[in-house]
Amino acid sequence: MKQIDRLRSAYRFGLITILAVVLVRSNAQEEQELLSLLGREETTEYAAASFKTNRVINLHSLESTSAGVLDIKISHRFGFINGGIYELFGLDESTIRLGADYGISDRLTVGIGRSSYEKTYDGYLKFKILRQSTGLKNMPITLAILGTTAISTLKWAVPERDNLFSSKVSYATQLIIGRKFNNVFSLQLSPSWVHRNLVKTAAEKNDVIAFGFAGRIKLNKRFSLNGEWIYVLPDQLAEDYTNSLSIGVDIETGGHVFQLHFTNSTAMIEKGFIAETDGKWSEGQVRFGFNISRVFTLVKPAS
Amino acid sequence: MRTLFFLTVFTLVMWTQSVTGQKYYTKTGRITFLSQAPLEKIESSNNNSLIVLDVATGKLECSVLIKGFQFEKALMQDHFNENYMESYKYPKGLFKGVVTNMQDINMRKDGVYSATIKGDLTLHGVTKPVTTTGKLTIKGGNVAATTSFDIVVADFDIEKPKVVKDNIAEKVKVTVSADLKLMDETN
Repeated sequence: MKQIDRLRSAYRFGLITILAVVLVRSNAQEEQELLSLLGREETTEYAAASFKTNRVINLHSLESTSAGVLDIKISHRFGFINGGIYELFGLDESTIRLGADYGISDRLTVGIGRSSYEKTYDGYLKFKILRQSTGLKNMPITLAILGTTAISTLKWAVPERDNLFSSKVSYATQLIIGRKFNNVFSLQLSPSWVHRNLVKTAAEKNDVIAFGFAGRIKLNKRFSLNGEWIYVLPDQLAEDYTNSLSIGVDIETGGHVFQLHFTNSTAMIEKGFIAETDGKWSEGQVRFGFNISRVFTLVKPAS
Repeated sequence: MRTLFFLTVFTLVMWTQSVTGQKYYTKTGRITFLSQAPLEKIESSNNNSLIVLDVATGKLECSVLIKGFQFEKALMQDHFNENYMESYKYPKGLFKGVVTNMQDINMRKDGVYSATIKGDLTLHGVTKPVTTTGKLTIKGGNVAATTSFDIVVADFDIEKPKVVKDNIAEKVKVTVSADLKLMDETN
């Protein structure tokens, strides 16, 4: 009898336990999100839109042109604003570069251009080696390499002399190391090496090493504030030349990006704005300028 | 006492199994949307949405990464993320709801069933109720699900500058199609 009683109470206890477990579990089930059953999805998220376009102002930004996209650029730099009203603050004079950039892949961009500055044709290749990402692949920075060649087509100053074509050629190689710190702020460092086959005076070095610093602050969805400063290591430039400093805004409207800025550089190619910047901010030798970028999708990505 | 223990375990196992046989899911659901405006037709797709359907309760949940939407123009994709959806702030689109006529759908019997779906859609930080009908095609234990519905862009506090009013439609058509598999919950 005692045994039966014990069995009965154990049975009751067991039943209650099961009931309790079932209740607790079904309650837990109720509250649990169904989606969490799939586990955490690990994907790699690449940083996008660190800069609005592939240039900061003069310097190449860490951005490349997207695959299959053609980016037509029209850039102007006017005269020094200290020319006053007589020169309409520099607007009477202008230097121009027409360019076209094309994204062969999301990592590889090619570009060509023609500048009125020394009637120069230029071409470049730019490749993203590392892409900033989080998630499955974690990469704190974007690293790109840029190689440019520029050929001046100015007539020879002294045609009778034994002139070499190579004298008109210059090169620039640049690493672009950058990071989008947050949605507002991006910063990049561009160690640069400019090589000119021929320079005007002995004071100028054929090889010039410089460090470009550039950043942007996004003010709202369509405006950003950009700045860049290129520090050239000492004793490489002729006395009249100085470091390039530019500040400006990006305005985005649909397919266009308008970049308006003030800069002390004239040229829109590396050898020019890195090694041949002649304006001094302290003396008001600053130019107003703009870059207009218009993109066209030539090859649509397969969906 | 030992019998009781086994009984408990047996009951639990049975109960668990009866539950596991009731959830279907996918990690590769396809979500597309279409904006048909006077000046521009914009289409986009994402093939990596997560969907879970609990047959026992009719509960349906779906989540999708906004950044994963692919456009035919890279710039559109940039604008979609940066200017309209602000995916850096609101990375996911989420739907939580129920299939209200789940009792009419027999997962063990092949056929095409119509499903009524009711729930809340969260996009761009705004949650709105959505009611729509979908189609479940059951064949050999596999479920192909499709549905589509319209959403009003302005409902989700998505700012649209006047200059693009002829480029982006007021109403965007969303289409979902997915092949759901039975979930194995043992692991």
